[in-house]
Amino acid sequence: MSSTSDIDSLIELMARLPGLGPRSARRAVLHLIRKRGQLLTPLAGAMQQVADTARECLNCGNVGTSDICDICDSEKRATGELCIVEDVADLWAMERSQVFRGRYHVLGGTLSALDAVGPEELRIPRLLDRVETEGITEVILALNATVDGMTTAHYIADQLGERVRITSLAQGVPIGGELDYLDDGTISAAMRARKAL
Amino acid sequence: MDWRDHGILLGQRRHGETSAIIEVFTRDHGRHAGIVRGGTSRKIAPILQPGAQLDVTWRARLEDHMGSFTVEPMRSRAAAAMSGRLALAGLNSVCALLRFCLPEREAHHALYQRSEQLLDLLGQDDVWPLAYLNWEMALLEEMGFGLDLSACAATGTNEELIYVSPRSGKAVSRQGAGEWADRMLPLPDFLGMGADITDAGIAEGFRMTGYFLENKLAPALGNKPLPEARARFTELFGRLSKL
Repeated sequence: MSSTSDIDSLIELMARLPGLGPRSARRAVLHLIRKRGQLLTPLAGAMQQVADTARECLNCGNVGTSDICDICDSEKRATGELCIVEDVADLWAMERSQVFRGRYHVLGGTLSALDAVGPEELRIPRLLDRVETEGITEVILALNATVDGMTTAHYIADQLGERVRITSLAQGVPIGGELDYLDDGTISAAMRARKAL
Repeated sequence: MDWRDHGILLGQRRHGETSAIIEVFTRDHGRHAGIVRGGTSRKIAPILQPGAQLDVTWRARLEDHMGSFTVEPMRSRAAAAMSGRLALAGLNSVCALLRFCLPEREAHHALYQRSEQLLDLLGQDDVWPLAYLNWEMALLEEMGFGLDLSACAATGTNEELIYVSPRSGKAVSRQGAGEWADRMLPLPDFLGMGADITDAGIAEGFRMTGYFLENKLAPALGNKPLPEARARFTELFGRLSKL
């Protein structure tokens, strides 16, 4: 048993990853061992590298390998537009779409009465600083269309006042969506936000 | 064990990768928590927004267990709430206060009905603040700290009721207050003297109910601080009404 304890502990760790359980972790580890040269060794190296260098950007909260991330460092991104997102996964989703060429600010969550998350727990003071110092002309609130997300959006809008233009993402029918399958809240929001063709 | 009931969703949080723990204020079983399997899925997550009216079925092996819910949406109120900041702040305040006050698994039929009616008015900003004030008074009454505004506690008259006693929660007339007037809470004139309803009067009503929530109800519940969501709502109401 002791001869496989290293493998067992790897399986145990892998099983903690999102989307994996003990059985799928065992399959993944077995696959890695069989592809030792092509997968296991490079993966171990890459993981060690990321463990050594990954950190949060001091400016926006994005994840990168230096104190200031590539987006904040790029002069081309200084368009005066700042997009506010809840977490890094949302930032990556926005970047995938390639529709926004400004900079981001990652809040690190939303205000939540249930989880006792107040404004102090989020990066809102830093956001207010950035609006002042980076010549921001428009703040785009790209927060989730949930009660907590919208509560946070309104709170930020109140904090920013009339210093900058504040916009938020539209809500309504998704591309490829069928009305029959939409919930009544989405249909109601889409109806209110209808536009002339 | 299982039962089926209607309820108002008060809050939800993630549990593991795919499930959610929800708290529902049900008609016949009071505030009740349970797990929703697959509650973070794309299909169910949009339903599980605070304020949603749900048809819930609860199942557990023993009554003491947390158990699991299966949910069917009846009415979503999130869209109405998200249409304006006052409605959103109001919804947050209602859900936070219900979570704060209600004991678990104890039916409160009258309050349930009042809460359902109040939430159905969400988005109607012209009538909502007054309905909310009345709901807070109903909440205090249900929790055992009801206000008695029918007659003066000192003289028995129902003329010129302009104060509320912070100790008893009873109305006090100008004459009855006498030298104690500076220790009394102001009673909104539309509640005491049938005057026209104004935003200033409603704001005064919020200060009055806020006093009893903070100084009577909260100490009885172990001195927990009142949910911040209420303060945000009343502050926003004052700001939007330019008071």
